[in-house]
Amino acid sequence: MDVSILGAIASVGGLGLLFGGGLAYASRKFYVKVDPRVEQVDDALPGANCGACGMAGCRQMALKVVEGELTASACPVASSDARAFIAQIMGAEVELAEEMVAVTRCQGSPDKSPDRFIYQGFKSCTAADMVGHGHKACDWGCLGFGDCVEACPFDAMVMGEDRLPKVIDDLCTGCGKCVEACPRDIMELVPRSANIYIACKNPNRAKDVKSVCSVGCTGCTLCANPKTTPSGKIEMNKETNLPVFDYQVEDDPVIAVHKCPTNSLVDKRAKDRPVFYIAESRCTGEGECKKVCPVKGCIEELENGKFVIHTEKCIGCGLCEPACPSKAIDIMSALGHQAAS
Amino acid sequence: MDLSNLLVIVVGSILINNFVLMRFLGICPYIGVSKKLSSAVGMGMAVIFVMTLASLASYLIYYYLLAPETNFWGVDLTFLRTIAFILVIASLVQFVEMVIQKLAPALYQALGIFLPLITTNCAVLGVAVLNIDEQYNLIESLVNAIAAGIGFTLALVLMAGIRERLELADIPKPLQGVPIAFLMAGLMAIAFLGFSGLSVG
Repeated sequence: MDVSILGAIASVGGLGLLFGGGLAYASRKFYVKVDPRVEQVDDALPGANCGACGMAGCRQMALKVVEGELTASACPVASSDARAFIAQIMGAEVELAEEMVAVTRCQGSPDKSPDRFIYQGFKSCTAADMVGHGHKACDWGCLGFGDCVEACPFDAMVMGEDRLPKVIDDLCTGCGKCVEACPRDIMELVPRSANIYIACKNPNRAKDVKSVCSVGCTGCTLCANPKTTPSGKIEMNKETNLPVFDYQVEDDPVIAVHKCPTNSLVDKRAKDRPVFYIAESRCTGEGECKKVCPVKGCIEELENGKFVIHTEKCIGCGLCEPACPSKAIDIMSALGHQAAS
Repeated sequence: MDLSNLLVIVVGSILINNFVLMRFLGICPYIGVSKKLSSAVGMGMAVIFVMTLASLASYLIYYYLLAPETNFWGVDLTFLRTIAFILVIASLVQFVEMVIQKLAPALYQALGIFLPLITTNCAVLGVAVLNIDEQYNLIESLVNAIAAGIGFTLALVLMAGIRERLELADIPKPLQGVPIAFLMAGLMAIAFLGFSGLSVG
């Protein structure tokens, strides 16, 4: 009995010592020098292994960064801080790309853009797109099987009741997987700061668009008109017959959204845009606000000669506020009243 | 050395007593690494490699340290078999990983990610234990280990092929992903049950 206990201790202990010592020795003897910067870069990367950089994972990207083949901006997911940090590790200045999010450039739910035929094949947009240009009446419209939702590695997309994918901005990292997955290039990356985008890809003109979709862009050029968008943010592309946004220009063209006859422009902040109101006590009744207001019937004259803004119609464009000679117009945000600065 | 005896071991380990589908060992990588054919092949190769080395090491440990008839002190230490084998396999895999990282970077690229996954794989421990239970000699142990690894690879590759096709199939939502994989595993196990009627030797 004693012998077997001693034997057990000796053999397992001996084995442990042998293997422990052996491994310790081997880890020295067979040590492979890895550039310490690889570890640092790897730590700074998001670690999601989404493959958006084109590498197999974050570790592989870190290796390529240290080898100098890639820069930090190859990772669309990393925050600008992380990119700056990686640039610092590498001792290089990295151009800071703006954070992007994906948007769905189609609003053609089945009630707005009907199907041409009943498709019963694979439930995949890529497959459906190959069968007679897809079942959608519009050749550029969303097929609604959610290849993009499947492709999203961050659970940032859901398929809506209306068969259109919705992007959850807070979760979207702008990795661009959905853009690749969509066979019709409907998903697009726009800067996170951009609130308004054109939700249509149809390059046809008025009648051809109207016949397939009630919310398709007809290329009417109204939004790009300098009277509608004085900042010049929107320009028409003559080939695609679609408005193009210059995201460098800081302006939310809410008036263009309002004027668009087909509601093809989408305003992500439409629900929480502040509205304006006129403090009745300060209003002198000159009516400058009514002259500049782009919304018909939003500002009206009261019987006592003063003016009132119908807040439910106000789109928050803010044109009236500087126009008022008596500074009677204030912003009213969703949180409550707030004096205009 | 009786060649037909080795052939029986090979056919037995690959088909009749397939480690995954008949003995239900190594189910974790079977489900976990069977989503892509390429990684399934990589994993299978790594398992064959590790199983062979582990059989060799565990054979030596068992007969020269633990078994009372053949070890140096004549004491029965066979109750230490499990713990000693796990120790051997884990250190061995660690060691091998370091060596091939240094000496064969290409092989490390191919197998490297899978090696740490295998250290605690019960199929590897299983083959070491079965070699002892079946009282195989060294050559038979090694042949059995390689055959068991091939059997594991076969099951893994078949499964990966099926699962790549399942990706395109219209599967009811509650069954998508791993649940349907488990159902497939069950069907494959039933199919492999057919081999138990095979008479060899």
